[in-house]
Amino acid sequence: MRITLTVNGTEYSRIIEPRLLLIHLIRDELRLTGSHWGCDTSNCGACVLWLDETPVKSCTVLAAMADGRRVMTVEGLAAGTRLDPVQEGFARCHGLQCGFCTPGMMLTARWLLDHHPDPSEADIREALSGQVCRCTGYENIVRAVRWAADYEAAQDQADHS
Amino acid sequence: MNHDHFRQQAYGPAARKEDARFLRGKGTFVDDIALPGMLHGAMLRSPLAHARILSVDTAAAAAHPMVEAVITGDMLAERGLAWMPTLSADVQAVLATDKVRFQGQEVAFVVARDRYSARDALELISVDYEPLPVVMDAGLALDPAAPVIRDDLGNGRGNAIFDWSAGDKAATDAVFASADVVVSQELLYPRSHPAPLETCGAIADLDEITGRLTIWCTSQAPHAHRTMYAMMTGLPEHKIRVVSPDIGGGFGNKVPIYPGYLCAIVGSMMTGKPVKWVEDRSENLMSTSFARDYHMRGEIASTADGQILAVRAKVIADHGAFNGAAQPAKFPAGFFHIFTGSYDLKAAYCEVTGVYTNKAPGGVAYSCSFRVTEAVYLIERMVDRLAAELGSDPAELRMKNLLRPEQFPYTCPTGLEYDSGDYPRALRTALDLAGYDALRAEQAAGRQRGEYMGIGLSFFTEGVGAGPKHQMDILGLGLADGADLRIHPTGKAVLAVSCQTQGQGHETTFAQIVAAELGLSPDDVEVVHGDTDRTPFGLGTYGSRSTAVSGAAAAVVARKVRDRARLVAAAMLEVAADDLEWSGGAWRVKGDPEQARGIAEIAMAAHSGLDLGTGVEGHLDAITVYNPPNLTFPFGAYICVTDVDAGTGQVSVRRFIAVDDCGVRINPMIVAGQVHRGLADGIGIALMQNITFDAEGNCLGGSLMDYLLPTSVEVPSPELGATVTPSPHHPIGAKGIGESATVGSPAAVVNSVIDALAPFGVKHADMPLTPAAVWCAIQAVANTTKGVKAPDV
Repeated sequence: MRITLTVNGTEYSRIIEPRLLLIHLIRDELRLTGSHWGCDTSNCGACVLWLDETPVKSCTVLAAMADGRRVMTVEGLAAGTRLDPVQEGFARCHGLQCGFCTPGMMLTARWLLDHHPDPSEADIREALSGQVCRCTGYENIVRAVRWAADYEAAQDQADHS
Repeated sequence: MNHDHFRQQAYGPAARKEDARFLRGKGTFVDDIALPGMLHGAMLRSPLAHARILSVDTAAAAAHPMVEAVITGDMLAERGLAWMPTLSADVQAVLATDKVRFQGQEVAFVVARDRYSARDALELISVDYEPLPVVMDAGLALDPAAPVIRDDLGNGRGNAIFDWSAGDKAATDAVFASADVVVSQELLYPRSHPAPLETCGAIADLDEITGRLTIWCTSQAPHAHRTMYAMMTGLPEHKIRVVSPDIGGGFGNKVPIYPGYLCAIVGSMMTGKPVKWVEDRSENLMSTSFARDYHMRGEIASTADGQILAVRAKVIADHGAFNGAAQPAKFPAGFFHIFTGSYDLKAAYCEVTGVYTNKAPGGVAYSCSFRVTEAVYLIERMVDRLAAELGSDPAELRMKNLLRPEQFPYTCPTGLEYDSGDYPRALRTALDLAGYDALRAEQAAGRQRGEYMGIGLSFFTEGVGAGPKHQMDILGLGLADGADLRIHPTGKAVLAVSCQTQGQGHETTFAQIVAAELGLSPDDVEVVHGDTDRTPFGLGTYGSRSTAVSGAAAAVVARKVRDRARLVAAAMLEVAADDLEWSGGAWRVKGDPEQARGIAEIAMAAHSGLDLGTGVEGHLDAITVYNPPNLTFPFGAYICVTDVDAGTGQVSVRRFIAVDDCGVRINPMIVAGQVHRGLADGIGIALMQNITFDAEGNCLGGSLMDYLLPTSVEVPSPELGATVTPSPHHPIGAKGIGESATVGSPAAVVNSVIDALAPFGVKHADMPLTPAAVWCAIQAVANTTKGVKAPDV
């Protein structure tokens, strides 16, 4: 079957097997390897990307379900060479070690801040609780998200003053 | 400005060089690599835990239009590759030829043109099995009537692998015989799995024209793997290149060579094309190196007033179907003999018996520092059991028995020489951070209201950084590490090391080490690792050995460069080398410190027409091999505060206080990150993670729906403290830190939960302390003793 989707602002059209998983389309066909595969069972979140406006675990989404829709991966997070504040926060707060869970974590964090710009620590932990990191013990990921929230709040204030 | 001051400038919480690529999704993990014409492998695995293979029919799979090769054990046998050596002087089936010995064992390998077709073709392979009785209970494996799993060995030893002991049995027995108090306890350290988020995989590419094999692989030890591939395949080692690119966590899981890697190599030999094999999560959990599975009996002896005298341990070590444990060859139980812990004992003795069972092979993996985690769990549970028996406060009992600073270097009763320590200071720091007395008061008040709060301590000592070559080797390869440092004419440096980062931040930390020694900025030092063609030989990253061994090599090789630079500086300044001193990141003329040359100027001059004198040929580059004189001995004091719902058995971890002493900290930010991870591990291992089997040998922990990993809501914000006791023999005084918290924290969690349950009379419960396990522990005691009545449900 043929599907057409927009990934990070670029339109792609591909003939695919109906059973092809979205994560494999993104990684193997489109060669955007920032999204990872980790568990098969929607438990780890290494494959999280945005389908339209919502983070999904792309190891349990069929590529066919993305037909006509927009996908954002970690490769689309930065605005050109300028890192998203979430990316900046992960670097500043040592929110990543091996880097394997990082793309999925950052995409969920971006969604959280878009909908909840001033999250408490508990809010952040709740938002990330469907994803697994084996390196950081989550502490510095939580701090990174909070750093981004503070940064964006300061930017907003600067814009309005 | 003295040298220490300059070192302080290079050391510190520098942001990581690694982050830039990962933040943008531009890391290169094995599965990210796609080579032209690359084929995909998939592994057929045994559904049974123990069965004779009667036939393997691959005709239908081979006829699949997308399949290029199907490999069976018999085909490997023709190449002499059906069996491979393990890291523990055993052999392991690459693809089974005679029997399968655990569920998930490798039986056949399909090579196809795409990922999905390879999996499809597995369904077309038909294997006839004759089921055999299974051995799942390590305690029953040595029963003379037990089925023999490793009949291939023909050694008449049944399911026994090894018997190992340490310490003085007679002296220990004598101390026990005359002790006022003896407490004993059965302790299970259950089977666990490191479960790095990236599973294991490889891409093998054999170039038929040059005869060169390149293998991109999830390897924590690329050089050891290269040597092993040469030994296994007969390919000459200089024609083998192992590349370990970005690795998505290792924790010990990526130390061994797995059958899939060899099958990818054979697949490439057969097809003439690159072959990729990446396991799925179930394959990772069911077939690759598990951890722990130690069935222990601990005994502790003390005087009536709480002076600990001796410990004894008897262990059955379940190694699964093949002895694939990774540890120095002379130590089949790793460094378990550090079970004497952090205490001043008169005697200690342990016996460890290794056995085969119908479970996945492995045994030393998962940040255990070669079985130190089992040892710490044993001694720290026993100290808490003793405290309960004596009615002592567990913190006071520990403080009373800790080794004192003046006793170091200290040779423990089983022979390890602890290099340095100030244990009371670390424990005091942790107690202060926790507000220990206030916590105890809160606990007492809560109990009046029927609230069950637990306060659990553990004090651990690790021996890490294996190790002295005369004592420690794996497959005859001594555990020393090379380092190669090149200084470019403009003063920029490239350090090549043999160890491999899986997230520990070597590209940053090792640059800081070199920068500190040479008066450079860490930004001026590039660290190369993970590619055997570009790095010197060394044994890899595991057992917290990177900073302890390769980090030492980096400092030593930088000092060699500095010594060479001194000769060039002398020529530049027209003084004798002896008239120069290293100060403030430059060679300076004694008594005239303004006359100075830094490394960048010296590097350029070394390449110039200047007459360099003797001892320098024309550049500053240097190489070294670092053979550590001893292990380093990090230690720490942990306090875990839990709240237990006695009605449901649910445990929540409220606080985790961790004071670590890993000697000199090169990058405190990275050190803290390592500790954060280990504390989460401890919570996972103590409360959630479990690889269990049913009576037929089916693995019940084969997915992340069943093998529960801690998430952000199970792990609290840790509260860290630090003391610094430099290692006296390490060139920069550093000790390993990568596994400390994984090693030290499970005992603190369990001690905390048992402390919470003390009013019920619960003395012990085995990990993982799931709600069901906690609830059962309460009920079991409530039904037999006069403790607090268990809540009605």
